Amino acid sequence: MADSNDPRSVSSVAQVSDALRENRYLPDDGLATAVYLALRLRRPLLLEGEPGVGKTEVARVLADWIGGPLLRIQCYEGIDVNQAVYEWDYARQLLYLRTAEATGAARAGEAEALTDELYDERFLVRRPLLEAIAHNSGPSPVLLIDEVDRADDEFEAFLLEVLADYSITIPEIGTFSAVDPPVVIVTSNRTRDVHDALKRRCLYHWVKHPEIAREIEIIKLHAPSVSERLAAQVASAAAAVRQVGLYKPPGVSETIDWARALDLLGAKELAVEQVEATFPTLLKYREDLERVQDHGLEALLAAARE
Amino acid sequence: MTVAAAVGFVESVRRGGIAVSLGSSRLFTEALAEIDLGNPDEVYWTARAVLVHRPEDIELFNGLFAAYWCGVDSGLVWRPPQEPSPVTLALDDPEIPADGPDEDDNRDKNDDSITVRYSTTETLTQKDFADYSDEELAESRRLMEEILFMGSCRRSRRRVPSRRARGALDIRRTVRQALRSAGEPAEIARAVPGSQQRRLVLLLDVSGSMEPYARALIGFVHASVASGARVEAFTLGTRLTRLTRELSQRDPDRALQAASRAVKDWSGGTRLGDGLGRFNDEWGCRGMARGATVVILSDGWDRGEPQEMEIQMQRLARVAHRVVWVNPLKASPGYEPLARAMAAALPFVDDFVEGHCLDSLHELARLVLGGSDGRSPERDLALSGVGSQR
Repeated sequence: MADSNDPRSVSSVAQVSDALRENRYLPDDGLATAVYLALRLRRPLLLEGEPGVGKTEVARVLADWIGGPLLRIQCYEGIDVNQAVYEWDYARQLLYLRTAEATGAARAGEAEALTDELYDERFLVRRPLLEAIAHNSGPSPVLLIDEVDRADDEFEAFLLEVLADYSITIPEIGTFSAVDPPVVIVTSNRTRDVHDALKRRCLYHWVKHPEIAREIEIIKLHAPSVSERLAAQVASAAAAVRQVGLYKPPGVSETIDWARALDLLGAKELAVEQVEATFPTLLKYREDLERVQDHGLEALLAAARE
Repeated sequence: MTVAAAVGFVESVRRGGIAVSLGSSRLFTEALAEIDLGNPDEVYWTARAVLVHRPEDIELFNGLFAAYWCGVDSGLVWRPPQEPSPVTLALDDPEIPADGPDEDDNRDKNDDSITVRYSTTETLTQKDFADYSDEELAESRRLMEEILFMGSCRRSRRRVPSRRARGALDIRRTVRQALRSAGEPAEIARAVPGSQQRRLVLLLDVSGSMEPYARALIGFVHASVASGARVEAFTLGTRLTRLTRELSQRDPDRALQAASRAVKDWSGGTRLGDGLGRFNDEWGCRGMARGATVVILSDGWDRGEPQEMEIQMQRLARVAHRVVWVNPLKASPGYEPLARAMAAALPFVDDFVEGHCLDSLHELARLVLGGSDGRSPERDLALSGVGSQR
């Protein structure tokens, strides 16, 4: 694509869809539209959905497409500015102080100058958020704020501030403002509601499990050695399994793993023994395995083979 | 399609019951300028990405979208995308009256225990919720606000400065202090792990048999959510309803009004096991119940299968820090947990307490806040054993 380095200049949803496909991600119309709008309007995109439907993957693929770095913040409870934005390199600062002292530069009158030197950019450790904002050359970075629902309210409020005007102030140095705002993807598993203000700032898309036809395509894309026939059966079996009412319905990544495992065993189509041997790649709870067995594995596979 | 039409659509979405901020409505107009307006799907997905922020609103939105665009612009043919059909819980057998179980329980009104009445407050604290008059109910709401109902504390990852010489080196603070003494790190600053309040998840049974208690307990749940502590609230009946948003406004009247609008199955039947299952699937096991104190306020009457109850309680107990079951009937003399669901759930419950009067709620709050550090050994036994019985 001629303008692939500046995704902000994409001119249609179809173009986004094609570019994501070229980078090995098959979006549905809803996701493609949401990504298109996020690029054009320079807004963060909030993706919610079941675990394993490929929310995080969107950011990775966007970074590949744009060619910029992927800057990832994995949120957890207690994450704070020092882990997400910046920190001073205290060990080096201390060392610098000792050197200054040893060489006699740290005389009383020069204390102020010394302080200024200590809070210089060379002692600044940039964490992903600052990195994304201060970025000033080359393709725009993709900032992935993963599982924002795990962070606490205070961090979310801080995030809102940064995402509102794409600038960060460090008291000792000054304000960094983004020359070119990064592409921002925020994901949430919905363990709690993300604050309304943050949601309003973002475009929103609820990511679902793919429909069968698209899942077949996804399997073939990520496990090219799997036969067409097996891919189709795996996809329809996975769709059927999701209907059984499991604790953890398999996500796309599990389906891909399952197809790969079956393929490694030389399967050309779903057969009970191989399926039983490889089921743990698809189902991660013993109760879920039992439930599928109780539900009638034979019948499920027979239906998938049709 | 014109800007006016778009503004009109946003207006109809608002009237339809989806909150749209001014910013989102402006963003919608901006977004429309970027897309192909001749493509109804693109218009739909754009509107959805900008105006809808919760999966619960998607269905409603689809209806509003179809009604508006296919009505105004007759040339537009559009069908909502295929969504997985929502799971609905089966209704109860209509032959059993909703308040059936209450007839079996011969709760004798324990008035003889309150012989001296000093004041209304004094009387209220031990009076059974089921015997409350409307005035007493209103009075109790005020008293409930005084109960400090929040989760216990646990160690957090975040560290806080330590005054004494213990804990790990806090280099950040050490350097700051060194600057004061011209770069000489005279004092070594240290930090110790801080503490964080555990999330508290309240599941209130609003079925017919619980009705006399639920009307009082909902006030308790509100007071707790509105206190600003980390509290989540749900109701269980024939379905699961999340009430955290509705109850987080401070004014009890408005909060309870919003709650009663949201809860569609008030005083209906009970599917405790199924409701818990939905909670586990959609919220609990995803993370909300993880490490949290989960409090179930229910009399344990359930029309579903006890096995389902057992399975769901087991799942809940596996992720929760502590499971507390509050049963208002427990206070009645000679109470035995005979209800099948109650019996199935008990092995997974750490604390089984009463909740029939204000005093017992004070007791509950103390228990939850104090947070006994051990899980009950019976529960651990149940968790390791039951799985193999399935």
